[in-house]
Amino acid sequence: MTNPADDDVLPIVQMRGITISFPGVLALDAVDFFLRSGEVHALMGENGAGKSTLIKALTGVYSIDSGSIVVAGQAQEFGSTHDAQAAGIATVYQEVNLCTNLSVGENVMLGHEPRKGGRIDWSALHREAARYLSGLGIHVDTHSLLSSHSIAIQQLVAISRAMVLDSKVLILDEPTSSLDRGEVEQLFSVIRDLRDTGVAILFVSHFLEQVYEISDRITVLRNGALVGEYLAKELPRDELVKKMIGRELDDLAALSVASSRPIDRATTPVLRAKGVGKRGMLEPADVDVFSGEVVGIAGLLGSGRTELVRLLYGADKAETGHIEIQGSTAKVTSPRHAIDHRIAFSSEDRREEGIVADLTVAENIVLGIQARKGWFRKVRASEQDAIVREYIEALGVRPADPNMIAGNLSGGNQQKVLLGRWLATAPKLIILDEPTRGIDVGAKADIQRKVAELSAAGLSVIFISSELEEVLRLAQRVVVMRDRRRIGELTSQDVSLDGLIDFIANKDEGTAA
Amino acid sequence: MTRILKHRLFWPLIALAVLLAINAITQPRFMKITVRDGELYGALIDILRNSAPLMLVALGMTIVIATRGIDLSVGAIMAVSGAVGLTIIDSSGSPENLGTVAVAVVVAVLVALVLGVWNGFLVSVLKIQPIIATLVLMLAGRGVALLITGGFITTVNSGPFEFIASGYILGLPFAFLLAMAAVAAVGIFERRTALGVLTEAVGINPEASRLAGVRSRSIIWSAYVLSGTLAGVAGIIYASNIKAADANAAGLFIELNAILAVVLGGTSLMGGKFSIAGTVIGVFIIQTLESTILFLGVPSAQSPVFFAAVVVIVVLVQSPRVHRAGRHFTQAIRNRGSSPVPADSEVAA
Repeated sequence: MTNPADDDVLPIVQMRGITISFPGVLALDAVDFFLRSGEVHALMGENGAGKSTLIKALTGVYSIDSGSIVVAGQAQEFGSTHDAQAAGIATVYQEVNLCTNLSVGENVMLGHEPRKGGRIDWSALHREAARYLSGLGIHVDTHSLLSSHSIAIQQLVAISRAMVLDSKVLILDEPTSSLDRGEVEQLFSVIRDLRDTGVAILFVSHFLEQVYEISDRITVLRNGALVGEYLAKELPRDELVKKMIGRELDDLAALSVASSRPIDRATTPVLRAKGVGKRGMLEPADVDVFSGEVVGIAGLLGSGRTELVRLLYGADKAETGHIEIQGSTAKVTSPRHAIDHRIAFSSEDRREEGIVADLTVAENIVLGIQARKGWFRKVRASEQDAIVREYIEALGVRPADPNMIAGNLSGGNQQKVLLGRWLATAPKLIILDEPTRGIDVGAKADIQRKVAELSAAGLSVIFISSELEEVLRLAQRVVVMRDRRRIGELTSQDVSLDGLIDFIANKDEGTAA
Repeated sequence: MTRILKHRLFWPLIALAVLLAINAITQPRFMKITVRDGELYGALIDILRNSAPLMLVALGMTIVIATRGIDLSVGAIMAVSGAVGLTIIDSSGSPENLGTVAVAVVVAVLVALVLGVWNGFLVSVLKIQPIIATLVLMLAGRGVALLITGGFITTVNSGPFEFIASGYILGLPFAFLLAMAAVAAVGIFERRTALGVLTEAVGINPEASRLAGVRSRSIIWSAYVLSGTLAGVAGIIYASNIKAADANAAGLFIELNAILAVVLGGTSLMGGKFSIAGTVIGVFIIQTLESTILFLGVPSAQSPVFFAAVVVIVVLVQSPRVHRAGRHFTQAIRNRGSSPVPADSEVAA
């Protein structure tokens, strides 16, 4: 463990004894955290470990119950995010919070527009914005709409905003969760440049590899308490994982048998889609899923994998192709149709398309059943209690409080609630789009284990994930997508991770299996 | 104690209590309730009676707002409903006949229901923005009402009809009981069925609700039908009170007071969670305030300013941000009074 007293310079951010409690939950229990200029410091922990809460304390979103925050030698008591910004702390969140309907230049300079005679000097604004952007190695037209750029560029724009504010502390909360490999590289080179100019960078990510690639120091939290602060080069990876979860993770290895479980494909498939497509969205593609089978869909972000499953579920209307369910042709042009055929779909966008944030955990879990029954026949209270208790327990939702407002749960627990919502409707096929994105190791393992367990019991699953190891571990077959087209299909047993990556990247067109 | 403080109806109730207290102190006769022939009279009873039309309209507005919508047409629907009702009674030739009045009321409310169906159709099927969709009827409705009454203010003398606004049952004003019955019926209906929670789900996150299989179209549609129907009943009470159908004055600006009542009661204009009890308190706050203006003798030309000033204060009192600032302030004072604290932390507080 490292000790702040050993440092030559005083840490720019000193958080001591930070305690924050919410009704019924001690979110942070006397946690110390120190961030130094010119370092990349990773904050690690499971869902509900207190990472987000600590960040929100530092950015002024939450006020602290006790403890002290000192930034650049000055004691601070943040009453709002504005106070934190004024103290030189800038934050780039997982979901980019910029104005996508404004231009790149306007976003960079927002609130700091150069003025001439009381009016905004637009040419100076774009010149300045371009200067900040090129300082980060980004060369885009500052007049273009932010929404016309990729998430990666949007994230870099958010970072350049932090530079405009002349921030000494930069917090990056899951910045890489929706970036591809090349974009991550670009982001990391920007981070390294900033670090070398003396900016203190707090980095949060669920990708262990990236944490080790970029971080100098690692602080681990567990259950709201500090586990310790370590130099990254002195902390082996398995040690880190053990410290994060506080238990051995060897049971995940047992899952590897899931992908080799034999599937009887002589039967009628649960779902068979032929030539399902939509102009501008997806070229006609085929998929079939058999009883008890997990079909993975692999491909980069934007490869058409989400588009494909949205058409299968009726979330978007397909223009071509037809769908057979249990052998008979079915019309699936709205989610209601899919649900009537016992198909469930958990969207990749948990916040916008999944959780109903202001309702309780219990109300969120029974929402699927209630929607099926219609508004007039309300699920009885006793029945609701039983269902909710069952799924909270089976999926390990924490805190296990049915009356908690769902929006206050951590991402992983929200995902478990959504899984519970769909499993409660007893589906025959469940489509999971990125169910493990942005959630930590422990919750990820819980969800993977549940998927393996349910499919072994006969549930069919379509599983999408950016983490190919996960796909190969769970799925018996993998459908590969690229550029909004299905380019082939692999059997998990016959392919290695490198083989799958090579297939996604290099597979010749026209020879699709 | 903290549980009481955190309850979302706490601050609205405090606001109402303070308003009532101000009246009671400045005008002792305000709190006086007399019994005459087994019927209650007094300023408080007047507030209960006069609140009935706003109560009905705000009740429907609560549900519409919960779906992320708004219904601007309620005032115009009141005018149409009153015009239909009175025209039927007027042209029947037997205004004192209970059957005639019953038919008139039922037809008037049915017409209001149809107008609600129209609003709901525009919003839920044609996906027109609620503010625009209901603006259509808000502007056109009074014209329709004028067409029905032939451009005149139709007046009637009908005992059974007048009973609606000025009659008493069990010592309480009939109009008040009618409004409370509607509140209870809607409240029980929303919570006993799943309509309430599904309405909230649609209001909080329409896309998540759609993907979860909620039939949001019928839920949103039903909210406008309810709002229209309740506005129809409110129109009947209004017409009964003045014994006339005044297409220009009936329910004028009531949509704004209804929205205000909903917001004062703690339901967010962003949609989602709604509180019918909160709306009831919000309506009483507004109605008490109107009486206060009369009682204090505020000149009518200045009464809107007075009204607005009080509303701003009430809204501020309820704002969480003001509560937080207040806590910081009292804490700072307490710190200064007691033990010395390091100077640097004091500055930030």
